[in-house]
Amino acid sequence: MTMRGPGFLDQLDAAVPGAVVGRNLEAIDPWIDVAPERIADVCAWLAKSSPVRFDSLQCITAIDWFEIDPKKAAKVAWQPHTEMVYHLWSTAARVSLVLKTKLPRWKSDVPGELPEIPSVCGVWRGANWHEREVYDLSGIWFTGHPDLRRILCPEDWEGYPLRKDYEMPLDYHGIRGR
Amino acid sequence: MAQMLDDDPRIIEFDVRTDEMLVNMGPQHPSTHGVLRLVLRTDGEVVSEVEPHIGYLHRCAEKIGENLTHRQWIPYTDRMDYLAAMNMNLGWALAVEKLMKYQVSEKARHLRVLIVELNRIASHLVGMGAYGLDLGTFSPFLYAFREREKILDLFEEACGARLTYSYITVGGLTADLPSGWLVKCEAFLEQFEPIIQEYHALLTTNAIFVKRTANIGVMSPELAIEYGCSGPVLRGSGVDQDMRRDGEAIYTAMYDSYAFEVAVMKDGHYPRDHVYPAVPADAVLGDCWHRFFVRMLEVVQSMDLVRQAIDRYSACKGPLGEPLKLTEKMPAGDAYLETECPKGQMGFYLVSDGSAIPWRVRARSSSFSNLAVAHELCRGCLIADVPAIVGSLDIVMGEIDR
Amino acid sequence: MAEFLINTVRLPAWLAWSVTAGVAAALILNVIAGGALVFIWAERKIAGRIQDRLGPTRTGGKFGWLQSLADGLKLLAKEDLMPDGADGMLFRLAPYVSFCASFCAFIALPFAFDFIGQRMNVGVFFVIAVLGIEVFGVILAGYASASKWSLFGAMREAAQVVSYEVPLGMCVVVPVMLAGSMDLVTIAEKQAGWLTNWYLFHDPFTFVIFWVYVTCAVASVNRAPFDLAEAESELVAGFHTEYSGLRWSYFFMAEYGSMFLVSALAALLFLGGWNGPVPVASLLGLSEGTGDTASYFVRLLGMANLLGKASLGVLIMMWIRWTLPRLRIDQVMMTCLKYCTPLAAAMFLGAMLWQIALPGGLVPGLRRPAGEIREGWLPGPGGAFKVRSADVGKVVQVSP
Repeated sequence: MTMRGPGFLDQLDAAVPGAVVGRNLEAIDPWIDVAPERIADVCAWLAKSSPVRFDSLQCITAIDWFEIDPKKAAKVAWQPHTEMVYHLWSTAARVSLVLKTKLPRWKSDVPGELPEIPSVCGVWRGANWHEREVYDLSGIWFTGHPDLRRILCPEDWEGYPLRKDYEMPLDYHGIRGR
Repeated sequence: MAQMLDDDPRIIEFDVRTDEMLVNMGPQHPSTHGVLRLVLRTDGEVVSEVEPHIGYLHRCAEKIGENLTHRQWIPYTDRMDYLAAMNMNLGWALAVEKLMKYQVSEKARHLRVLIVELNRIASHLVGMGAYGLDLGTFSPFLYAFREREKILDLFEEACGARLTYSYITVGGLTADLPSGWLVKCEAFLEQFEPIIQEYHALLTTNAIFVKRTANIGVMSPELAIEYGCSGPVLRGSGVDQDMRRDGEAIYTAMYDSYAFEVAVMKDGHYPRDHVYPAVPADAVLGDCWHRFFVRMLEVVQSMDLVRQAIDRYSACKGPLGEPLKLTEKMPAGDAYLETECPKGQMGFYLVSDGSAIPWRVRARSSSFSNLAVAHELCRGCLIADVPAIVGSLDIVMGEIDR
Repeated sequence: MAEFLINTVRLPAWLAWSVTAGVAAALILNVIAGGALVFIWAERKIAGRIQDRLGPTRTGGKFGWLQSLADGLKLLAKEDLMPDGADGMLFRLAPYVSFCASFCAFIALPFAFDFIGQRMNVGVFFVIAVLGIEVFGVILAGYASASKWSLFGAMREAAQVVSYEVPLGMCVVVPVMLAGSMDLVTIAEKQAGWLTNWYLFHDPFTFVIFWVYVTCAVASVNRAPFDLAEAESELVAGFHTEYSGLRWSYFFMAEYGSMFLVSALAALLFLGGWNGPVPVASLLGLSEGTGDTASYFVRLLGMANLLGKASLGVLIMMWIRWTLPRLRIDQVMMTCLKYCTPLAAAMFLGAMLWQIALPGGLVPGLRRPAGEIREGWLPGPGGAFKVRSADVGKVVQVSP
C-alpha cells in the first residue's frame, strides 16, 4: 500500500512550494524526489499537516553512486552523487512513502568536505540515531542535528565505510586491518 | 539535552541531592543482552540519564552485501538477529523477490510461514527467559531454553543448522522437510501448549514480577511511533499494527487464508483474554508488563499459525520449487520491504544496478529503533529498572550493530 | 569435658579449659564450614533439579558430592587479584570480618541440650548482634573495591540489613518474652513436649510473627528475593564484584553460615529447638539432662532434630531463591518499613496481651503453665519438678 495519486502531491507542492523536483510513481516503491535543502520542511508537513500523517520514520539510507573502476565509470549513465532515501510510514493509514533526494558526494566537490542536508530530528525524534548512523557510515552532515557523532564505528575512526571509494585502514591502534 | 532534562516532569526532585556518578553498565555486564554499553548518570540509586553506546558487534554487513550476490548474503542476515534467523532470511528473500517480481510456489509459501512462526516462538522464549533473568529469577530462563531446544532440534533436522539456518532463501527454501518432521512438530506443539501456563505462573502473574514491571518504563503510543518502534514494543503500547496484516502485498499474501488476531490491547481487552491471566491492576498500557505479555500472547498466536501452516502445507501436492540461482541477475531498481520479525519490523532495502550483486544493501533493524527510545524510558528510574526496561525491549545486539 | 579433664586426667584447670575451648572452636568451625560445603553442594543440586537439570554429577563418584570441595580447591588455586585503586588493607580485611561475624555467632547456638559452645544468658542477643557485624564486612568490601558496582552493593546492603534488624529484633523478642529468658537453651527447653508446645503454635500472634521472622531473616542474610547487594543482573556481582579466589569463598561461606544460623535460630525460637514434634525420649522415660549414657543419645537425637529443622529452613530459602524474581531496593525497604515493622510490633503487643489474658493457653491441659518453669528447672521423667544437678552447675558456671 503505497501513496498513489497526484492529488496528494499537489497538496504537498502547494504546502511546500518548489520542494518536489521529481517523481516516479511507476517504480516498485513509488518515490518523490525532493530538493535536499527542503527535506526537513517536506518531512515536517508530511508528519504534522498532511492529510495522511506520516508519523513514523522507518529508515534513512544514503546510496553512494560512484564507480571506482574507471572503465566501468565511463559506461554508467549517471554522474557520481549521493542519493538519500527516506522511508516514511503512516501508522493510522498504514501506507508508506519514499522520499529521495540527491546530494553531491562532497560539499562543493572538495574531497573531505561532507555534503550537508537538514536534519529531520525536529520532526521525528527517532531520526536521531538513524542520522547518526548515516553520518557514521556514509559521511553525510546533518545540519541542525543535536548530537551528530559516530554511532557504530569508534569515535576516532577515519573514513566512511559505505562509500564506494572507502579503503579499510591497514592499522587501527595496532589491530591489523586486513 | 540539558534543557530537556530540566523540563522533564518525570525527573524526581529530591530534597537532598547527592553527587552524580557516571556508571558504565556494560559492555561486559550480565544483563545487557550482548555487548551493549549503557552509560548511566546516577544520583544514588536514581538514574537521571541513560546513554546507550552501540557498535561493539559492528561488522558492516551492508558493505559486505555490496560484494556478494543476493543469495550469498543470506548467511549474513542469519547473523543479524541470530535468535530469529529464519525471519531474517525471509525478510531479505522477500525483498529480493519483490524487486525481481518473483513468486514462490504455494507449498514453499506455507513452509515459510511454518518455519518462520516456529522461529518466532523460539525467539520469544529467549526474550521471555532472558527477561526473567534480568529481574533476577533464573529458573524460567532454563524452562524457556528447554522448549527452545526442541524447536532447534526440529530446525536442525530440517536444515542442518541450529542457529544460523540460511534455510529460507531467495526463490524458496534450500530443501524440503524430511519425512516425519511434521509429526514431530505437532508432537512438540502438543506438549508445549500446557507449559505456557507454567511461564504465566512463574512470571506473568508472579506478584514480585508484576511489582517489578507494572507501571515501569511506560511508553506512550505517540512516543513509540515517533521513534519508529515496532513489534511487541509498539503493540505493548496499544498500537494496532502488525506487518503480517498491514504490510505490503508480497508479505501479507503469505498470510492470506491464515486466521490470526494481532496481539494488542483493544478497548481494554487482549484477544481471547479469558484464557490468559488478567492484566494486573497496577499495569499501565505501554509498560514493561504489557510488552512482556504481548510476547507471551504471540507465542500462542504463532502456535496457532504453525498448526494452520502444517495443515496447508500437507494439503499442497505440487513441488516445493528450486530456489533461484546464486548469480541470478536482478533488474535495475530498488525495493524496500518490512517484515514482522519477533523483535519488530525488520526492513531490507535493496538497490540494484542490473547485476546479481546489489549496488546497495540496507538493513533497517527493529532493535535499533527500539533501543533508541531507551533513554526516554529510563529517565528518572532506579538502577534496577534499567535492566527491566532494556530487557522488555528485547533487543539483539547482532541486529543493532549489524 | 573440662570437668572430665580436671577430675579424671588431672590436668591443671587453665590447661583443661584451654583444651576444651580449642576442641569446641575446632568443632564449631569445621562442622559449620563442612556444613556450608554440603549446603553449597545441595544448592547446586536443588537448583539443578528445580530447573530440570541434573546439577553436578561426576565429582566424587555419584551425585557430584565432592563438587564443593573441588570448587574450594579451584578457588584456592586461583590468582589473587586486587584492583589497582583498591584500599589494600580493607580489601583484604573485609572477607574475614564477614566470615568471623557469621561463624562467631555459632558460639552461642545450642545444637542440643548442653551441646553448645558457650551457654550465655543473653544468647539470643549475642547471636543477633554478632550476625549484624557481618554487614561491616560487606560495606568494607564495597568501599575498598574501588568499583562503583561494589559501592552500590555495599550501600544497598547497609540500608537493607540495618533496616531489617528492627523487625527482626521485634520478632525475636516475642519468644524471649514468652520464655522469660534470653538464654537460647532455656527458650528451647520451654518448648519441650508435644509440638503444641512450640512457640509457633503458642498463640495466633506468634504464628504470624514466625512468618515475619522468616521474611526478615531471608532479607538480613541477603538471600533472594532480597539479594540486592549482589544482584547480578543489575550490579554485576554487587559487593564482591572484584573478589576472586579464596577471599570470595570466605564471603560465600559466610553467606551459607548465616543462612544456617538464621534457620537454626528460627528452629530454636519457634519450632521447638531440638525437641521433636513428638517427645519420644520422655515417652520412653529418658531424659537428656541426667548425664548418663542414655542422655547422650537423647541429646544426639535432639541435635539431629535441630539440624534437620535448620536444614529444612535453608532448603526453603534455596527453593525461594530459584523461584522468585528479585525485588527492587525501594520495594525491599517498603516491605520492611511498611509491612514487617508494624506487623512485628502489633504481633508483639498481641502476644503480650494474650499471655496476660490466657496464660494457660486456649486448652490449658495441652500446655504446661509458664510460671512453673524457671531457668535451670526441667520436668523429670515422673512429671515432678526438681532441680537437676547437671543444670545447677551450668547456671553457676554461666553467671557466677
